[in-house]
Amino acid sequence: MSEANATNSTSDKVEADDEGGRHSVFAGFLRDYGMIFVLLLLVVLFSLLTLAEQHPTGPEAGKQVADHIVARYGASARVLIVGRDTAGDREFTKTVADRLKDHGANVRANVNGSPADARQAIEAILARGESIDAVAANDVTAKWTIYGQFEQVGRNKLVTPEPYTWPNFLKVTNLLGVANQTAIYAIIAIGMTMVIITAGIDLSVGSLVALASVAGALAIRDWGGGTEAGAGIMILGMVVGIGVAALAGAFNGFMVTAFRIPSFIVSLAMMSMASGLAYRLSSGASIPQLPRSFFWLGGGETLGLPNPVWLMIVLYVIAHIVMTRTIFGRYVYAIGGNEEAARLSGVPVKRILLVVFTISGALAGLGGIMLASKLQAGDPKFGLMYELEVIAAVVVGGTSLLGGSGKILGTLIGAFIIAVIKNGMNLIAVDPFNQKIVLGAVLLAAVLIDTIKRRATRT
Amino acid sequence: MVQTASAIDAPLLQMRGIDKSFPGVHALRDVDLSVNAGQVLALLGENGAGKSTLIKVLGGAHRPDGGIIEIQGRPVEIRSPVDAMRAGIGIIYQEFNLVPALSAWENIFLGRERTIGGFIRHREERRRAIELFDRIGVKVPVDAPCGSLSVAQQQIVEIAKALSQQVRLVVMDEPTAALTDSEVTRLFDIIRDLKTQGIGVIYISHRLDEIFRIADRVTVMRDGAHVATTPIEQLTRQRMIELMVGRTIENEFPKHRHAIGEARLVVQGLSRGSAVRDVSFEVRRGEVLALTGLVGAGRTETARLIFGADRREAGTISLDDARLDIRQPRDAIRARICLLTEDRKSQGLVLGLSVRENFGLPNLGAFSSFGFVGAARERAALNEYVDRLSIRIPHQEQLARNLSGGNQQKVVLAKWLQRNAEVVIFDEPTRGIDVGTKYEIYLLINELAKAGKAIIMISSELPEVLGMSDRILVMHDGRITGEIKDMASATQQQIMTLAVE
Repeated sequence: MSEANATNSTSDKVEADDEGGRHSVFAGFLRDYGMIFVLLLLVVLFSLLTLAEQHPTGPEAGKQVADHIVARYGASARVLIVGRDTAGDREFTKTVADRLKDHGANVRANVNGSPADARQAIEAILARGESIDAVAANDVTAKWTIYGQFEQVGRNKLVTPEPYTWPNFLKVTNLLGVANQTAIYAIIAIGMTMVIITAGIDLSVGSLVALASVAGALAIRDWGGGTEAGAGIMILGMVVGIGVAALAGAFNGFMVTAFRIPSFIVSLAMMSMASGLAYRLSSGASIPQLPRSFFWLGGGETLGLPNPVWLMIVLYVIAHIVMTRTIFGRYVYAIGGNEEAARLSGVPVKRILLVVFTISGALAGLGGIMLASKLQAGDPKFGLMYELEVIAAVVVGGTSLLGGSGKILGTLIGAFIIAVIKNGMNLIAVDPFNQKIVLGAVLLAAVLIDTIKRRATRT
Repeated sequence: MVQTASAIDAPLLQMRGIDKSFPGVHALRDVDLSVNAGQVLALLGENGAGKSTLIKVLGGAHRPDGGIIEIQGRPVEIRSPVDAMRAGIGIIYQEFNLVPALSAWENIFLGRERTIGGFIRHREERRRAIELFDRIGVKVPVDAPCGSLSVAQQQIVEIAKALSQQVRLVVMDEPTAALTDSEVTRLFDIIRDLKTQGIGVIYISHRLDEIFRIADRVTVMRDGAHVATTPIEQLTRQRMIELMVGRTIENEFPKHRHAIGEARLVVQGLSRGSAVRDVSFEVRRGEVLALTGLVGAGRTETARLIFGADRREAGTISLDDARLDIRQPRDAIRARICLLTEDRKSQGLVLGLSVRENFGLPNLGAFSSFGFVGAARERAALNEYVDRLSIRIPHQEQLARNLSGGNQQKVVLAKWLQRNAEVVIFDEPTRGIDVGTKYEIYLLINELAKAGKAIIMISSELPEVLGMSDRILVMHDGRITGEIKDMASATQQQIMTLAVE
């Protein structure tokens, strides 16, 4: 039985004393966060798969084109600038014009419009008897056919921004989008990780997202005048939403500890009850009477990062410290590893479990509030199937459903693995039905890896 | 089948030069072992000596890196448990492989159901099971689910299962660990009966007196290697221990007697259902009180009531004249009472946590500030105990799972010593622990007694009870049935008489 292990512990001693420290740090990192390599691999994969020709736009492109024209046709070049009537193109044409003027070049006309507008401009210039040395265009306007129709212009006078090759996946806007979409799942997954480490499960988080969004929105609408509500009422709405969900989580914890009902059953019941309550409170309809400023929480950004991402980062730092450095964290692991041994060692098992389920509920509630803010409504249909996505993130992140082991930051990695796969599949246009199949397979693969790892470390 | 003369002369089982390494451990080094038909070979060795690994090689659970296995002179390849079964080897592990919800006969034929047209021949299987039990000579309720049978009965089912497979060799790993004395006697009758049928037996046990009762020859292993194989007549208890430990031990029970002071822990009228009935006793300063009796007599249950692990229905507990209100283990721990449970793996330790984390579990309050664990303080404190108790671990982050039984017991002890417990309850402190570590634990019990602690030692091993305690309480059927104060003239006989009263 443990004979082989026992031999292990005694004869290991000699070499482990000097080698053990360094070796175990690396092995420990691999064991806890090995999934990060999977994430990196996925990033590389989707980067390769989404490599595409990129055309610079906006001021950056304008600067490039202007410099190009000056270099090729001299500082006194006579230039026609063509852009569409869009914000991005306006920025482009304006930058080209400003920069050319700085160099002393002659801007004949600056068009922002359709091919017909451009034709008129060219005709007007030629009618005045003036010549055109170069046409500054971007990747779209350069494709217009009007230039070839004038002998005095011609296609070869076109100057466009240099295209370059870069993965669509790795564009900053895309990566921020991935982080933003993951944030709510990842936040709820913190609580789920704690619950699963205690060898429990919380299936009610999806319904609690809906309940919290409805309760919060109702509070704002009915007590604070809806769209006219001030900051105080909005905070009250948040507290109500999160509080209701935390209360539901505490109820889960109470049923589990007081009556020893498996958390699977308790939270399954809560999943149904909370969803029903959310529908009842909202009469089945969306509650959109929220003030504009409420959008800031789930949809705004600070210092270039979306606010949900900030919140996610802060909560993960706190949760990581709590789980690795505090008594509470140690107790959570001990309960999941062996509840009876923990109890006999003086761990207040019931209190800790109650707190863990309450945290899970509260974080689901926070998720609901974030979603209500982002989508400007409370809705009983929110959070559908969130529990599966969240549990998947936890499991992919390396936390064992058997309890006793797992890492908070592993869950963050797990959440990003799932988000990256979803985003990557969208970018390479995998159809949504196939996406579901792939996600299921990923979950299975994660559990498989966990099982194999477990077996390998046993001997 | 034609058998050559050499095949008949050859031993039933011959293992030669068996070698097995695990990553980082050379578990078996060139081990030889032979068993003759109709003989009992006792396999002895401390925990970690390689006995279990050797048996797992024989049973097909591990593939050896080198060596030959011969059955009656014929080399056999054992790649899987099925191969072992085919070669006529039946292994009864310490943890039984019975499905609790199935009946005895269903378990016996599990995986080898007798069928007709895909349907199980219930009556046939049941009849064969009864025949097997008759052959063993024990009545076991064949239709009851195995989960409801006693440990001894489950063991008989395992033996019947082995016999039903036409075994030639039976391996029993610590078969008496959970048996009462009379059940042990019955088991030995069964083993003797197997011998007369020409079946060879490999018998693994830490209980040396049993070895003398049942074994024909003894093979001793140490550190993965074969040390000696000797006929039992040429061995003494002392010599056996020396072979196992690899050094001489003067006294198996190093009991120090010192002055015993005033009563410290006083228990009155402790009751819970039929398990514990009106139990009252006291433990004095510096006293080791042994609590003994048959398995199920209520000893462990009494300890759990004192510790608050179970809710008591009646009774009072006081320490140093102060009444204690103990409702849960936390209360007992706060009052400086600690319990070293009988089953370390399921109750004493969180196996998936490191030694350090286990050590810290009841002591985090002292190591922490504002809820944050002071890992440095924790590490320093554990270091002291690693030295003092000579706990053999490569580093503090070693998982508790990977420790030998003796080291696990020491880690449990360390966490309670750090707690500075005044009342220490040992439940079977040396069960499953090898001789060398046993000795160290006895020394620690002495040390605690000398420091004025009140100690309760629950034990089924009567030599240990007689050798290590200052006073003995015997329990039967939830009640205290006797007390032995005069340790000088106490005998095992005397204890047994009280235990079956």
